[in-house]
Amino acid sequence: MLTKRIIACLDVRGGRVVKGVQFVDIVDAGDPAELAHRHAAAGADEIVLLDITATHEGRGTLLETVKRTAAKLFVPFTVGGGVRSADDAAAVFNAGADKVSINSAAIARPELIGEIGGSFGAQAVIVAIDARRGPGGVTDAEVYVSGGRKATGLRVVEWAREAEARGAGEILLTSMDTDGMRGGFDCELTAAVSAAVQIPVIASGGAGTAAHFASVFAEGKADAALAASIFHFGVTDSRALKEELQRAGVSVRLPC
Amino acid sequence: MIAVIDYKAGNLTSVVKTLTYLGAETLVTQDPEAVHAASKIVLPGVGHFQATALLEQLGITEAVREAIHRGALFLGVCVGLQWLFEGSTEAPGVAGLGHFAGQCEHFPALYDGAELKSPHVGWNSLDTVQEDSRLLRGIRPGGFVYYTHSWRAPVVNATASITNYGGAFTGVVEQENVMGVQFHPEKSAEVGLQVLRNFINI
Repeated sequence: MLTKRIIACLDVRGGRVVKGVQFVDIVDAGDPAELAHRHAAAGADEIVLLDITATHEGRGTLLETVKRTAAKLFVPFTVGGGVRSADDAAAVFNAGADKVSINSAAIARPELIGEIGGSFGAQAVIVAIDARRGPGGVTDAEVYVSGGRKATGLRVVEWAREAEARGAGEILLTSMDTDGMRGGFDCELTAAVSAAVQIPVIASGGAGTAAHFASVFAEGKADAALAASIFHFGVTDSRALKEELQRAGVSVRLPC
Repeated sequence: MIAVIDYKAGNLTSVVKTLTYLGAETLVTQDPEAVHAASKIVLPGVGHFQATALLEQLGITEAVREAIHRGALFLGVCVGLQWLFEGSTEAPGVAGLGHFAGQCEHFPALYDGAELKSPHVGWNSLDTVQEDSRLLRGIRPGGFVYYTHSWRAPVVNATASITNYGGAFTGVVEQENVMGVQFHPEKSAEVGLQVLRNFINI
């Protein structure tokens, strides 16, 4: 049976894992390679590494970090942040990533989705969407870029559909309203996006307890859910989370 | 020495990296002579069935056919497994090796009255395991592996493991020295490493 995926996300800046609350308040949480391996060993189904500085000077550091992390990682590995061209994507794949996550660059030039997919396959392209609800709630939720600083005027559901049509393999949907608050995912928004596309939707933003994951799978119709802060500082690990989810009737891969 | 065929489809890095990690020596090649001479051959592949057309053009199809006939051990991964069949509706003009009968087809849009999402992405279980499979030695039914694909191979006599998603399909095929896995062993944690270890040690 196809299981629901639990994805551990590492936000990386200058070669270190950091965690913010609602895109600010950065604190140091450790070494990316070490944390990635620890998550995989604990049963995380996938690892995402997001370079949140994504400056030009930082690229060399990032590729080195990707290479070091990928060396002994045998679960799917996604890298995002600063991928602006098919060449940037190729460099990340060559360093050992299986998928790239693109956000602002896909909005600026939607052709990029198809360009990367054309060379590396649709399964290698995740389109990340940072979303914030408007006054009308889910229906007018808007896409933000530049680390959540800039509104685009695009509607979340429409952009998700376009990303799929252009060849995205998965959608990574982050709710900026719930991100870092540990108060639960935005299930309603996730369900709206999941109903609009055929490709898998990864819910992100707001993970705090196992019950939050269970809700976003059941009500949000998410195929996978991503969390960062819940796993840092020993709050919980994937194994404990998955055991709890299994008891709640969610089908998950338990590590052997 | 394992010849890993490079046909410009997707990303070879992780397959080669994993084989190296497990202690195997690899040769990434497009040269039919090298394929012909190899005792073990891996055909990776993420992407479109169309990409396998290059194998025929490079003369690799024939080299693989002869190597298999000679007894060389062959492992196809993902599209590499699909290529062992007669063809795929993904690229109707491109012939597969035809070692196994049948066509690869897209997942149905509907299954059991419900909409079926595709691609099939994520960790799914190997629901059956053929007891005498050399590739699956040490792996029990219910083990989880990582899939990402929209086309799938039918269940045939040589199917060594079935996975269910919108019905049963071939997760692993194995007949003597010819083997294939639809999932990505290099991304399937301990179960995947065991499959590759088995292949290296046969």
